[in-house]
Amino acid sequence: MRDNRPFHTRAVAALAVTLTALAAAGCSTERAASSESPSDDGEVKIGLVTKTETNPYFVKLRESAQAAADKSGADLIALAGKFDGDNAGQVTAIENLVQQGVDGILITPSNAKAILDAIQEAKDAGVVVIALDTETEPRDAVAATFATDNEEAGRTLGKYIDARLGDRDPKVLMADLDPSSSVGLQRHNGFLDGMGLTDDSDAILGTALTQGDQGKAQAAMENLLQRVGKKVNVVYNINEPAARGSYLALKARGLADDVLIGAIDGSCSGVQDVADGKFAATVMQFPQKMAEQGVAAVVKYAETGEKPSGFVDTGDMLITDKPVDGLESKDSTWGAENCWG
Amino acid sequence: MTGTQTSSPQLPPAERESGTKRALDAMERRFSQTPALGPTAALLLAIVVFSVGSDTFLNIDNFSFIVQQSVVIATLALGQTIIILTGGIDLANALIAVLGTLVMTRTTLDGVPVVAALALGVLVCALTASVSGLLVAKLRLPSFIVTLGMLTVVTAVANLYSSGTTWPAPDGLLTLMGMKLYLFGRVQFTIGMLFAAALFVLVWVTLTRTAWGRHVYAIGNDAEAARLNGINVKRMLLSVYALAGCIYAMAAWLSLGRTPSADPNAYQLGNLESITAVVIGGTSLFGGRGGVVGTVVGALIVSVLRSGLTQMGIDSNYQNLATGILVIVAVAFDQFTRRRSA
Repeated sequence: MRDNRPFHTRAVAALAVTLTALAAAGCSTERAASSESPSDDGEVKIGLVTKTETNPYFVKLRESAQAAADKSGADLIALAGKFDGDNAGQVTAIENLVQQGVDGILITPSNAKAILDAIQEAKDAGVVVIALDTETEPRDAVAATFATDNEEAGRTLGKYIDARLGDRDPKVLMADLDPSSSVGLQRHNGFLDGMGLTDDSDAILGTALTQGDQGKAQAAMENLLQRVGKKVNVVYNINEPAARGSYLALKARGLADDVLIGAIDGSCSGVQDVADGKFAATVMQFPQKMAEQGVAAVVKYAETGEKPSGFVDTGDMLITDKPVDGLESKDSTWGAENCWG
Repeated sequence: MTGTQTSSPQLPPAERESGTKRALDAMERRFSQTPALGPTAALLLAIVVFSVGSDTFLNIDNFSFIVQQSVVIATLALGQTIIILTGGIDLANALIAVLGTLVMTRTTLDGVPVVAALALGVLVCALTASVSGLLVAKLRLPSFIVTLGMLTVVTAVANLYSSGTTWPAPDGLLTLMGMKLYLFGRVQFTIGMLFAAALFVLVWVTLTRTAWGRHVYAIGNDAEAARLNGINVKRMLLSVYALAGCIYAMAAWLSLGRTPSADPNAYQLGNLESITAVVIGGTSLFGGRGGVVGTVVGALIVSVLRSGLTQMGIDSNYQNLATGILVIVAVAFDQFTRRRSA
């Protein structure tokens, strides 16, 4: 940079760089700076760290946790990574929460392994750490996990699709998440198990990584369909945004009515897609239960010193308007009353 | 293109080199004078390779999908190109477009007439990009830093404005760009493809056939020399960012046609993907050299790679690997020809 500019220009430049740095550091810095003297004021402090602040699923989780905390008179501090997979952001959030003297941390880990050191440090500081929605690896890195059994949710979807296929041979395309996420793998494996397939079955015509993003799923599915043509009769999707992308790709080829599209999530727009006949089914998760039970567990720990333990399945429910025998399900009307986001 | 037209010194016959060497030199000059030539050759090569390697690739439907897949990033990259031509960069472009989709959709859902909602979206995008332009032009701040800050600001605004939720775009003018047309009853087109093509021609004409376009290249080559030649550099830079903002708004509209919803989480890597298209397309990151023809080819190369590799049954991770290597090759090629022609 040339430096023959007047001083004030350089000063403004320096200021702008500083402001940018502050903005990039995000709200967590602000929070740390303004933190009150930790604990000891009798109020239970709970930290919540979600994968992102914007995904409607995590918005619902945060709102439910806030409501549960308000109800029991606890103080909730909600932080998040900047994007799904922002492990460094989650580690920073955990460190900030420990500094603020929280009694417990509820975390939806972006990555099952990447934040274990930070969790250990929190535990060493006497904080109870509970995983919500997503497991850590190993599971006992946290005191307890309140989550959907993702493998079971996948299996439920797989069994349903298998029943709907009847005598037809399955021809499956899979819109997966990302290899680094345990949730993606568990749902994938559960789904195949429910269908009675394995990863090397000939019935699997193709897979793609979509990061659960509608646009990426749509492009990936267009490309896969180009390869496999009209042969496909099942499209598995890691979540509802991916399923919407798959639906648009199938519709563009005039295949949307012939293919069974299955998703896992249970958001209100996903339930609507089931009602509209775009998806054959979705499997609903219950983030509200995860949040409520997580908050209750921390409050109990703060008051009695008793820690929760193990994996607590918060349940799942198959949502479809075309039920099959021998598989519990609810229709889209029930779904609309119980959906999130 | 300015700056690359330096004629090589006429050598006396005795010092002329061998025929092969001369031919190679001539080819090099050709590549350095027409930066889009290399990428176009690469695109054709990729198409040939995939057509041989996969029996489903060479197909008119497939090409239609490849273009549909690249339209939004290519349009973002059009705006990115004119900024990079001035020696700048825009890291906020994709998020500005996301903000545009939110403004267009939410105001429509609130009952604002669609035409007004679209105009409002264009205005918001143009103003946001102009703020970056103002800071770059008037305060001479590096565009990398300004737009990095703007990226964070716009992300926050988009999240606040959307309440973190995806808003469905009502059918009609808002999603017009996704409407399908059929040529000869079977070749699929979308209105968006035609619209993007028209936009591309408009930007190409503006860059290559107007004084404004020549000034863009002049500033990218040497801003000080441009100023001494009587170009109002500050005003030019401001107009470049404002125009880029309008183009981002067009990308926003195209995006609503492709995925009929406004999602604050969409296009998180759109800034880098647009830069990738620009760089693969042969536009120099140092400014002054390249153009939108290369950019469109660059965007198509990325989509062709994804499509072709998918159809050859190659894993997503290897597709990213291939794209990354291509970017590095493109930058190396740019540096090489730049050094040779200097």
